[in-house]
Order: sequence, then structure tokens, then C-alpha cells
Amino acid sequence: MELKRTVKFEADRDPEFARWISHTVGGERIRHCLQCGLCSASCPLSLYMDYTPRRLMHLSREGFKEEVLSSSSIWLCTACYACMVACPKKINITHLMYALKERAIEERFYPKRFPIPVMAQQFCRMVRGSGRITESWLILRVFLRTAIWRLLSMSGLGWKLFRAGRMPARRDKIQRQHEIVAMLDSVAATRKELAL
Amino acid sequence: MKCAYYPGCSLRGTGKAYEESLLAVFRSLGIEVQELDDWNCCGATTYLSVDELTSYALAARNLALAERERMDIIAPCAACYLVLNKTQHYIRDYPDIKTVVSRALATVGLEYHDRVRVRHPLDVFLNDVGLKAIAAKVVRPLKGLKVAPYYGCQIVRPYATFDDQRNPTSMDQLLEACGATVVPYPLKTRCCGGSQKGTLPEIGLHLIRYLIAEAQKNGADTIATVCPLCQFNLECFQKEAGSQRHPLSIPVLYFTQLMALALGAPAATIGLRRSLVPVEPLLAAKEIAYA
Repeated sequence: MELKRTVKFEADRDPEFARWISHTVGGERIRHCLQCGLCSASCPLSLYMDYTPRRLMHLSREGFKEEVLSSSSIWLCTACYACMVACPKKINITHLMYALKERAIEERFYPKRFPIPVMAQQFCRMVRGSGRITESWLILRVFLRTAIWRLLSMSGLGWKLFRAGRMPARRDKIQRQHEIVAMLDSVAATRKELAL
Repeated sequence: MKCAYYPGCSLRGTGKAYEESLLAVFRSLGIEVQELDDWNCCGATTYLSVDELTSYALAARNLALAERERMDIIAPCAACYLVLNKTQHYIRDYPDIKTVVSRALATVGLEYHDRVRVRHPLDVFLNDVGLKAIAAKVVRPLKGLKVAPYYGCQIVRPYATFDDQRNPTSMDQLLEACGATVVPYPLKTRCCGGSQKGTLPEIGLHLIRYLIAEAQKNGADTIATVCPLCQFNLECFQKEAGSQRHPLSIPVLYFTQLMALALGAPAATIGLRRSLVPVEPLLAAKEIAYA
């Protein structure tokens, strides 16, 4: 039997993480959170989450970094903005979820072959290479890297979509692709320079 | 004034019928649009979760291109509409983001001074054209067709400028002007799961199931959508989402397909054939001529 401490100690906190979350874009008002729970009530996915949005807000502003970044909640968020509209303190919860995802990807807090970061990575690569997304290619690449067997179960649907002209085989590309590359590099350079 | 039409990537793939029918409605209503020159991917919700700063720069390129032409943007895709709007807000609110974006734009000879409005077709049809003018142009009223209007998330949340955030009605009004009956649909802004169906399938299916079941329970003949991903989710997984006891089967159309139909566009030009759940039997049953 594996025994785990169920109470969190103050010593488990990471004050740097708490500082970071309240200074990140969108986190300005996290200290105003009343813990009213309207975010969790309005969230269509909270019933699947290990920490509901309300708990996640509290844990992150107190600096429980491990718990927050390894939580399933940040990946379940579909960015539907229901919580943000419901929040009486106008906390930018959806944006914080984005910030947490970004941080979790940076620090590699996710299971191997987990499809969400893989999809995000492939998406970015395709934007850099073509400037536009061709959905069929994106789906193919994601499944090749995460769950090849699901390609088989999806092939029926893929064929139907192809026949309906909704799955173009040709990749869409913008004309001035070099502009996208130049802009991406510029953002990276400015970010470094201003330490954002 | 001429507007820049920003289709977004999905309207060139799974959402092709949206583009076809939208352009047909533009033609019928005499709205002049010009495709935004060399537009690029807005970054959608995916880019935002890996690299926010870059995603704002990507979106800003489109805004800057439209500004150079002195045009407003019409963005039919819900994700594009949200991301472009969000980028405008964040450039206004955060000086650091503005610096990053302006520098990136400068490297390719572009500038952005916040002079572009990003609009959704719902907004344009309702507030620029108006219900009266649309009703006057209807040649094939959608009499007897019961529609569940599904708005999804990102059109009205979080930056609703033309409709209510909790109970939007713009599509209801447009469809009624076309002669359709709008059934009550309390889940109209509930999330369809977005890309969850691809990444976490069981959870995606769970969200899809309730949306379709609710529409069927309320007597809808079809669901009208405003977003390519919502349409895809609701249409393509009905068999998986249903069960033997509660089978799900209902055509899911873009609101523009219904409008184009009412405005007399030929069926072949509005992508009805691209539906995986056939639409023709429904239209025949309601005696709506669609040829």
C-alpha cells in the first residue's frame, strides 16, 4: 500500500511560482479571487478535473507549483471562456490556463506521448513552414507521433471527408513565407532582449 | 465600405461549405468583400498555449495587412475572430506585447496602429444589412424548418461586442428572418470540446453527446453553427456519441447555408453535398425546393 500525505505543508510551496503567476500577463488580479467557485460551476470540464478551476487558482497563487503543473486541469481547459465571463472579480482565468500550459510544456510536466503538447508543437512547426494549417496534414502528423492505431479507426471518417472535398491532399502555403520566419525570429530576439 | 475577408485555415479544409455559403450570402446581400492578401494562420487556440507572444505577432500580421488596405476584417471562424480580437486587446493593454509585436511587424515592413475593426458575419448581417432588408430578399422561406442555434464559445466570449454573452440571439433573429422556426436551445453557448475529440476522445464525446441530444429533445430538425470546429465535432461523431437506446442523427449546417438557401442561392454552390449527414431528405420533407 502506498501511503501519501494528504495535507499540504507550507514548506511545499514555491514562492517564485506564486510571484510568477501574479506577475504574468492576465494574472494581475489573481490575488482578488474570492474562492466563490463560479468558475468551477460554469466550467463544462470541471467534472473531469483533479483540481477544479477554483482550487487551481488558489493553489497557484499560494505557490504549489508541483500540484498545479502536473494537474490534468490545465490540459482539459478548452479555452471556452465561460469562467472568465462568470468571474465576479474579472480574473482572466482562461489566460492563466494558457500561461500554465506554456509553463508546463517548458518544464516538461506531462506524460510521454501526451497528444496535446505534441499537437501544439506540430501546429507551430507547420505555421513556421507554411504560414497556414492544413488540417489533414496536422492530424496525420499528430497521430503518427502519439497513437498510430487511432489512425486506422479514423480512416473511415477521413475517407468520407476526402470524398466530400473537406480533406485537401495539397498543403496550403502563403506566398511570402519568409515574412513569417522573420517575424518569429524577431519575437524570439525581442523576448530575449527584454527578458519577457 | 469594402471589407477584407479573412477565411482562416479551416474554411479551406473541413469547413469548405462555410466559405462557399458565406460568399453566396455576401453576393445575395450585395456585400463587397476582398480576400485579405496573403493572410496567414492566426495561431488559433493551439499556438496560444505554447507561445503567447509569438501568437500575437502572427495574428497582428493579418491586422496590419488589413490596415494597409484601410479595410475592416470579416472573420467567420470563431477561433480566428477571437484571436484577432484578443490580439487587439492585448496590444492595447500591455506595452511589452505592443513592443514585441511592432518590432516583429517592422522586420517585414508592416505597421499596426489599431485602426482595424474585426467583425463577424453575424454582426455584419444583423447590424449593417438589417433584418428587414434580409427578409425582403428571401425567396425560399424556410417554413416549418426547426433549427437549434448553436453559437459555441468564442464568438460571444469573452469580447462580445454585438451580442449578449450568456444568451446571444443574433443568429436566432437572422434565421427567423429567413422564415425558419428557432427552437429553445439553452446549451447554445456551451463548449463542444474544441480539439478535445482528437486529443482526449472520451471527454470530447461526452460534451458532443449532450449538445446533440438536447437539440433533438427540443424538436430541432437541424443544428445551425457559426464555427468550423463546432460543425465538425457535432456532425462527424454522432454515431460514436449516440448509443443504441439513444441514437443521434441530425444534420448540422452552417447558419450561412440556411441563409443562402433562403436567399435563393443554388444548392450546388453552398456545399450541401459536403455534409456527412444527408440534408436533402430533410429539405424534401419540409418541401423546401433546393435545386
